[in-house]
Amino acid sequence: MTQIIVVTSGKGGVGKTTSSAAIATGLALKGHKTVVVDFDIGLRNLDLIMGCERRVVYDFVNVINGEANLNQALIKDKRCPNLFVLPASQTRDKDALTKEGVGKVLSDLSKDFEFIICDSPAGIETGAMMALYFADTAIVTTNPEVSSVRDSDRILGMLQSKSKRAEEGLEPVKEYLLLTRYSPARVTTGEMLSVEDVEEILAIPLIGVIPESQAVLKASNSGVPVIMDQESDAGKAYSDSVARLLGEELPMRFVTEVKKGFLKRIFGS
Amino acid sequence: MQTPSLELKGSSFTLSVLHINQVDLEKVTIELDSKLSIAPQFFIGAPLVVNLSLIKDPEYNLTALKDLLVSRQLVIVGITAAIDAISAQAKSLGLAIIKSGKQSQTQPQLPKTTKIVKQNVRSGQQIYAKNSDLVIVGTVGNGAEVIADGSIHIYGNLRGKAMAGASGDKHAVIIARSLEAELVSVAGQYWLAENIQLNSTTKSGCIRLEGESLTIEALPL
Repeated sequence: MTQIIVVTSGKGGVGKTTSSAAIATGLALKGHKTVVVDFDIGLRNLDLIMGCERRVVYDFVNVINGEANLNQALIKDKRCPNLFVLPASQTRDKDALTKEGVGKVLSDLSKDFEFIICDSPAGIETGAMMALYFADTAIVTTNPEVSSVRDSDRILGMLQSKSKRAEEGLEPVKEYLLLTRYSPARVTTGEMLSVEDVEEILAIPLIGVIPESQAVLKASNSGVPVIMDQESDAGKAYSDSVARLLGEELPMRFVTEVKKGFLKRIFGS
Repeated sequence: MQTPSLELKGSSFTLSVLHINQVDLEKVTIELDSKLSIAPQFFIGAPLVVNLSLIKDPEYNLTALKDLLVSRQLVIVGITAAIDAISAQAKSLGLAIIKSGKQSQTQPQLPKTTKIVKQNVRSGQQIYAKNSDLVIVGTVGNGAEVIADGSIHIYGNLRGKAMAGASGDKHAVIIARSLEAELVSVAGQYWLAENIQLNSTTKSGCIRLEGESLTIEALPL
């Protein structure tokens, strides 16, 4: 049974695309056939993060409009045989997405893939609505700050009222919280909301805490999903999150401040 | 097809109502004349409904009153709120018995029910419980709104807005396990977050109207 997972947030810049790329890659590395679909029509980024921007010929909107078939538009990842990318169109806008068109593409993808990851655009307009409409599971990406938390709350409301599962009265969309750009040191000083604060406000199960990491920017710029960098905290945290998504129970890592030793403080880390 | 020669249609008009508070016709005459002298043009030919709610005398001479008004060039369309004996006089004089809009709106009130919401109310969501109480088993997030014509009970945190007694019920209350609301209102009287903080020292609470202002009570939750 194919699982459609939307990575969403409401607010922009919190790490939806980074997380989509990392989670899709993580699932594929575990042997699940996975496709990641970029719903951010007009602001295409996923191909850059996945490092396949030079291989985009046809895109999502071409497929919806019948100008290309799925196999022409899907890009096979070079590092991971189970992973495919369906890029967004850069020259169109969100109105190119229709419920019928998106539904058709997702049902076609369901025949071949175990997991479909939908990388949602920011906002609560057509693009974001289309990305979450067909979802079975939602990963709500949130930064530990008040505006991001409020926008996530709004998106959770949308999932409960505007998704296909809600409209048809089916079992509700499974919602998970993915806290990104977390900095335990800044939580200690009171500059940042803690994991507990965010969990209390949003009241959904936590699937992972991704620490703020230099590795994320480096990975984005080099077009390698950060989960491939298993040396980095962020990469390890994404691996844990993927394992939890598949039902494993793991303790949260990187949520407490690591005190630097005396020598490290002097010589740097 | 032939067009019908007459049609019956409902339509509403605004009419002036003349309240007669005195049985004594002489006094009424004097006061009426002084009123008419202020703006004589305004009243000439004006259709009037006469309200006789304060006249309890069954022997009251409606004919005399009608003659007085007609002599001042006022046109009586009918009477309203009169006792039965006077209404009978009006019928024989050919005047209509008119029920005012307010009187005829005495429909029996719908019985109050309760609406139960068993999930968190998220930012941007709005829940309205018409003619009923509202029970939320969950949290009302920042930017969410819960509205009820009756009372609101929240078995979670109230962080958004709650408006009880939305159609004017002054006995409505708002009860929440934790009051961190952006706004609370009962029958139109409202408090913002800062007012709640000023008036409350506890987390949980019951907000209700006392006279014209809101009060908050701690709850032993």
